[in-house]
Amino acid sequence: MLSRVASSIYWLNRYIERAENYARFIEVNLNMTLDLPRGTMEQWEPLVFTTGDHESFAGRYGKPTKETVIQFLLADPANPNSILSCLVAARENARSVREVISSDMWEQVNRFYLMVRDALSNGWSRQSLHTFLTEVKANSHLFLGITDATMSHGEGWHFARLGRLLERADKTSRILDVKYFMLLPTVDEVGTPFDIIQWSALLKSASALEMYYKRFGRIAPDDVTAFLILDSTFPRAIRYCLIKSEDSLHAISGSEHGAYQNHAEKRLGRLRAELDFGDLEDCLTGGLHEFLDRFQGQINFVGDAICETFFAPRPIHIHSTIVGAEAQ
Amino acid sequence: MGIRFSQYDPERFYDELYEEKGQPRPGSTLLLKKLASLPEGELRKRQEAAERVILNMGMTFSIYGSNNGHEQIFPFDIVPRIVTASDWERIDSGLCQRIRALNLFINDVYHDQKILKDGVIPAELIYTSKSFLQPCMGLQPPRGIWCHIAGIDLVRISDGRYYVLEDNTRCPSGVAYVLEARQVMKRTFPELFEAYRVRPVDGYPSQLLETLRSLSELPDPTIVILTPGIFNSAYYEHSLLAQKMGVELVEANDLVVVDGFVHKRTTKGSQRVDVIYRRINDDYLDPLAFRRDSLLGVPGLMESYKRGRVALANSPGTGVSDDKAIYAYVPKIINYYLAEEPILPNVPTYLCSDRRDRTYVLEHLDQLVVKATNEAGGYGMMIGPHASKQEREDCARRIEADPRNYIAQPTLALSRVPTLVDDHLEGRHVDLRPYVLYGRDVSVLPGGMTRVALRKGSLVVNSSQGGGNKDTWVLS
Repeated sequence: MLSRVASSIYWLNRYIERAENYARFIEVNLNMTLDLPRGTMEQWEPLVFTTGDHESFAGRYGKPTKETVIQFLLADPANPNSILSCLVAARENARSVREVISSDMWEQVNRFYLMVRDALSNGWSRQSLHTFLTEVKANSHLFLGITDATMSHGEGWHFARLGRLLERADKTSRILDVKYFMLLPTVDEVGTPFDIIQWSALLKSASALEMYYKRFGRIAPDDVTAFLILDSTFPRAIRYCLIKSEDSLHAISGSEHGAYQNHAEKRLGRLRAELDFGDLEDCLTGGLHEFLDRFQGQINFVGDAICETFFAPRPIHIHSTIVGAEAQ
Repeated sequence: MGIRFSQYDPERFYDELYEEKGQPRPGSTLLLKKLASLPEGELRKRQEAAERVILNMGMTFSIYGSNNGHEQIFPFDIVPRIVTASDWERIDSGLCQRIRALNLFINDVYHDQKILKDGVIPAELIYTSKSFLQPCMGLQPPRGIWCHIAGIDLVRISDGRYYVLEDNTRCPSGVAYVLEARQVMKRTFPELFEAYRVRPVDGYPSQLLETLRSLSELPDPTIVILTPGIFNSAYYEHSLLAQKMGVELVEANDLVVVDGFVHKRTTKGSQRVDVIYRRINDDYLDPLAFRRDSLLGVPGLMESYKRGRVALANSPGTGVSDDKAIYAYVPKIINYYLAEEPILPNVPTYLCSDRRDRTYVLEHLDQLVVKATNEAGGYGMMIGPHASKQEREDCARRIEADPRNYIAQPTLALSRVPTLVDDHLEGRHVDLRPYVLYGRDVSVLPGGMTRVALRKGSLVVNSSQGGGNKDTWVLS
């Protein structure tokens, strides 16, 4: 497969997944703030921290308000990670590999883009926001389903899954991080029914509530954290994402599990092993936020290695191959 | 009834569907009857449904110099153009004849130049053509064929005959629209396809693939399409053809010449490429051969081609045969190489490089269409009767400054086809671009791109200038 094509498929899927997760970010915040006791300030600043784009935000909007934060995450064309920007980028990538993906996939990306563009062209309101976020998630799920059902599960598909799951692992860690930034009215509220409501709102935003209940039965902060980080079968849990990403990486290179042929495999393998052989205590020693922060750094590191290994045009020296050499 | 067929008036033009007011042509009766029987508003509804399909398919093109989002939906009209079997037979044989002659001509120009020595074409005209490429002298393309894929523009005028307006022998575009228009029409009028025997166009991609395969001796050559990238106006087509042929679409950066052979860069290292259907201009193919100032292209590609290590379709250099000044000589070219009379006539053409022609052109600018010899896509064109005094004067100055670069032709009363305008039909001018493939043999796709000038009275059918498309139904 052409390096450029592999790269486009990978990024197409990262952007679609990113758009979906930005919808989830906003949802988790809406859900949490809706349940705040009367008289408490709505908190939107945490969301900007969660995305890691707080500097770019502060530079243009100043103090975060509900309106500016949502505008920034949803529709700001100058924010390269806004849902709108993600869809523009996803579509451009899809357009450059139309002949490789199925036409059903292309049409879905195109419809998704047109939906987002049209919905945001008139601004958003409280009522329309909820519908819109639901639509974004549904469209992303539809794209995923169409990909699975209409694209051969060969190299291209593995690049697609790799991109999607690395992105998801990163974003699930950030959803978890929202809770870190989200201040409770008082410190005493930790572990109170109110705290529990927030944790279940968080699970809901990760579409994890029902699957969590099946495993743990009741909401406990540690169990929620363990579930979202360490579960190996829930598809939005970080560990699940790493396991399947690694499967794809090995399917692409053909190397065996437990061995590595390139930096990408080495880094991802180590990261996965850390979760395979770690427990919640390992994650919490030193602080959950610090753990998540470090994890996000490592995921970036894996992403860089994938680019170097598969996408970057390798320098080729053409001097020996041009006209002169043989013509003499 | 919304459409009011009885009121449709072909006026003084040749109409493709009507002999005269209220009198459909034999092949069109069924179609017009069907359209007339649709309930109020139904035709408009189907037009809108078709446009939605087009939007969702992402069938778009880009316009150079326009900044609003790069892409536009390709304008489409759901009333088809019908070509009868006997008309088509003539077109088919005329195009086969033309493409054979043009290939013999190109090969001659880059080898012995007999046609110049025999004084049939002034040598001056060849050497001053911007499309004549010195680096192609002596090239030996596989089996001596240079132009494998051509799109020839035809027009029909008041006398009811088809004339060749332009030869496109470099990278003709539009065939994707032919394929997609048919898909849209089948969804829009399934009942008509049951009633009519319309010749299918879906075989084009596999025919094209066969043509490309014929350029290599290998049993299973690796074939790619080379595109300038997603910002090119025809990117949609490059992508569609790659998809339908199951070959890879590459950009110049995806290719590299290693040890004299062309390779593509893949996730598993570089792999050899045998045949390239290139959709980038000669100038940008290889910076070592053509434009040293260019950062585009694949360095070393031309040398590899010369040594027969990779095949290109079309070969570099074919542009010499679609220079609009050389076009004027095509009837003589056919006569010279094939000893036949042209089956499809040319449109009378005045060469501004000729002193007598030029004088005539400058005196009759208000009646003529002036075209730059080396431009395509309707760029550099001046339509005398529709131009302002200022535009005609500017045009005259350009001609006097560089006469070789201009030709003129009479303003033709192009035939018309009924076209949906709001809730009724009006006649709009059309041309027709059929596609010719030359692999082991010559074949013509039974159909083609009917371009329609959607603006009332306009004669400019190019999609970059307000033109749209119609499906073309060749009856069997």
